[in-house]
Amino acid sequence: MALLSFERKYRVRGGTLLGGDLFDFWVGPFYVGFFGITTLFFAILGTALIIYGAAIGPTWNIWRISIAPPDLSYGLALAPLAEGGLWQIITICAIGAFGSWALREVEICRKLGMGFHVPFAFSVAVFAYVTLVVIRPVLMGAWGHGFPYGIFSHLDWVSNVGYQYLHFHYNPAHMLAVSLFFTTTMALSLHGGLILSAANPGRKSGWTNEQKEVKTPEYEDTFFRDTIGYSVGALGIHRVGLLLALNAGFWSAICIVISGPFWNEGWPQWWAWWLNLPIWS
Amino acid sequence: MNFALPFAIAGATLLGIASVVGVDWDAPPVETEQVGYRGTGMYVTKDAAEAAAGRANNVVPESPWEADPEGDRASEVYENVQVLGHLSEDQFDQFMASITEWVSPEASCEYCHNLENMASDEVYTKIVARRMIQMNQAINVDWTAHVGDTGVTCYTCHRGNPVPEEVWYRDIEPKKASRGYRGGQNVAAMFGGNSSLPQNALEDYLLGDEEIRVHADTALPTGAQKATTKETENTWSLMMHMSESLGANCVTCHNSRAFNDWDQSPPQRVTAWHGIRMARELNVDYMVGLTPLFPKDEVHLGPEGDVLKIGCSTCHNGVQKPLYGESMMGEYGASLGEKSNTDVPDYGASN
Repeated sequence: MALLSFERKYRVRGGTLLGGDLFDFWVGPFYVGFFGITTLFFAILGTALIIYGAAIGPTWNIWRISIAPPDLSYGLALAPLAEGGLWQIITICAIGAFGSWALREVEICRKLGMGFHVPFAFSVAVFAYVTLVVIRPVLMGAWGHGFPYGIFSHLDWVSNVGYQYLHFHYNPAHMLAVSLFFTTTMALSLHGGLILSAANPGRKSGWTNEQKEVKTPEYEDTFFRDTIGYSVGALGIHRVGLLLALNAGFWSAICIVISGPFWNEGWPQWWAWWLNLPIWS
Repeated sequence: MNFALPFAIAGATLLGIASVVGVDWDAPPVETEQVGYRGTGMYVTKDAAEAAAGRANNVVPESPWEADPEGDRASEVYENVQVLGHLSEDQFDQFMASITEWVSPEASCEYCHNLENMASDEVYTKIVARRMIQMNQAINVDWTAHVGDTGVTCYTCHRGNPVPEEVWYRDIEPKKASRGYRGGQNVAAMFGGNSSLPQNALEDYLLGDEEIRVHADTALPTGAQKATTKETENTWSLMMHMSESLGANCVTCHNSRAFNDWDQSPPQRVTAWHGIRMARELNVDYMVGLTPLFPKDEVHLGPEGDVLKIGCSTCHNGVQKPLYGESMMGEYGASLGEKSNTDVPDYGASN
C-alpha cells in the first residue's frame, strides 16, 4: 500500500507506553510498537488455536465450526483442551489482542497529540466482550456461561440465553441498547445522506451541464433547521454519534450482565414493580 | 412559566428509582442447571427466592394413619358410597380424614357433608368432590405419560384450600379505558406471565383444542405456514404460563434454534405435550360440566361466570415436579390409583 501524501508527517517518534524506542518503528505503513507485537502474538496464537479446535472438531464447514466453553460442572476451573480448555485459552488470546490493540491506539494518539477518543470508543466494545466472556461467567460461577466461538453457534447461544429469561425484549437495559443501536444507525444515515448531498449537489440545468458548487456546512445546518427546527452542527453530530454508539455497546453489556447474576426470572416478570406501583395497586 | 420539563424530569427520576428499588433483584452466586451441550446456552436458570418458596410449598403431608386394607368394604358399611366403595372401611375412613386435611381443614367434614346424614348428596361440594375423585383416578390411570408413576392426589392441587389457588378463568380485566380495539392483548396478562401477550391464550389450548403449529419448517417463507404473528404470540402466552407454572424457562423443553424440532428438544417437551392434552381433557370432561353446581360468586367462578379451570400451575405450583416428584400413591393408590365407578353424576338432579 502506498503511503498517503500526509502520512510522513504523522511518523512521530516517542509517545510509547512500554518498550521505549525498542519497538518504535514502522513496517511499511504500519506502526509496530510493543503492543503491535503483543497484538500479533495473541491474534496468531488465538487464530491457530481456533483452527486446531476446528481440526479436532466434527466439521470444517466454516459456518458450523464452534469452539465451545466448558461444561458448567467445571465452574471457574480450567478444563481439558478438547472440553472447553481451548475456549479458555482463546478467550485469553482475544482479550490480550483486543487490549493490546487499544493500547497501540493510545500510543498512536500520544504520538499525534490527539485525545483518546478512538481507544476509548474501542474499549467500550472490548468491555462488552469482556462482560460476556469474563465478568458474567465469573459472577455466575462458571466459564460455561461464556458464548461459543462459531458463526452459527454464537447465534444459537444468543437465542437460547434470551429464552432462558422467557422474553428478552422485556429486559429494560436491552430495550435501551436496542433503541440506541437503532438511533445510532438512524443518525448515521441522516448524517451520511446530508454529507453525500452536500458534497454531490448535482449539475446545473442548461446546456453547459456544469457541476454545482459543493455546499458548505451552513447549508447542512440550514437543511436540518428547515426540516426539524434544529441542527446539532458539523462537529456536534460526531459527538452525538459517539454518545449513541458507545451507549449502545455499554447498555448491551449491562443488559446481559444483569441477566443471571442479578435476575433469574423471566424478564416480563421484572415489570412487577410497575404493576405494583402504589398509584394503581 | 413552563412546568412541563421539571415535572417530566421528576417523574422520570421517580420511575427510574422505582425500577431499581422496587425490584426483587438476585445477587451472585446463582444456581443454573445445564440441560444441553456446553456452549449452547441450554441452561435452566433458578431464582433463589422462588426456589426456596417452591421447596417450602411442596412438602407432602403425612397421612393421618396407616389404613388397614382388610375388613368389610365401605360400600357395605356406609350408604351411598358411589366411587370409593371398593375400599376397606379403614381405608375409606382414612381417605376421608385425609381429604379433609387436603381440601377443607378449616370447614372440616361439613364442607361436603350434612353432619346429620353423611350419606346425603344435598351439599353440592360432595358432588364436586366425588367427580374430582373420579378425575384423580382418570389422571392416574390414563395420563401416566404425564404423571408417570408419581400420580396425583387432591393435595397436588388443593394444598389445604377448598379452591386451589392456582386456577385460571376468562380474564376480562382491566376494562378498556376508552374506545379502541385491544385484540385481547397489550395488558398485563395474569395467565400469561404478566406479559403483554394475548391474555386468554389458555382458553385456546387448555380448553379448546388449538394446535401449537406456528413454526415454519423452512428457513425462508414459502407460504405454506399461514400462522399470523398474533397466533404465534398466542402460543407464546401459553408458554409463559407453562414456564411460570413450573419455575422453568423456554430451554427446559426447547432448543430455541428450532422450537419445532423434536429431535433437538429436551425430553421434557414430550411430558409437557401430554400435559397440555391432559389439562385440556380435565377441563372439558370434568370442570366445565360442574359449572352449574358452583355458587354464582367470585370465589367459585370467574368474572364471566365460567368455571375455574386447571392449568399447569394448578398442580405444579412453581416447581418442575409437583411436590418434588414425591409420590403419594403408596398410601392412596387403592383410592385414587385405579378407576372404580366412571359414571358421570346427574348434576341436574342434585340442584
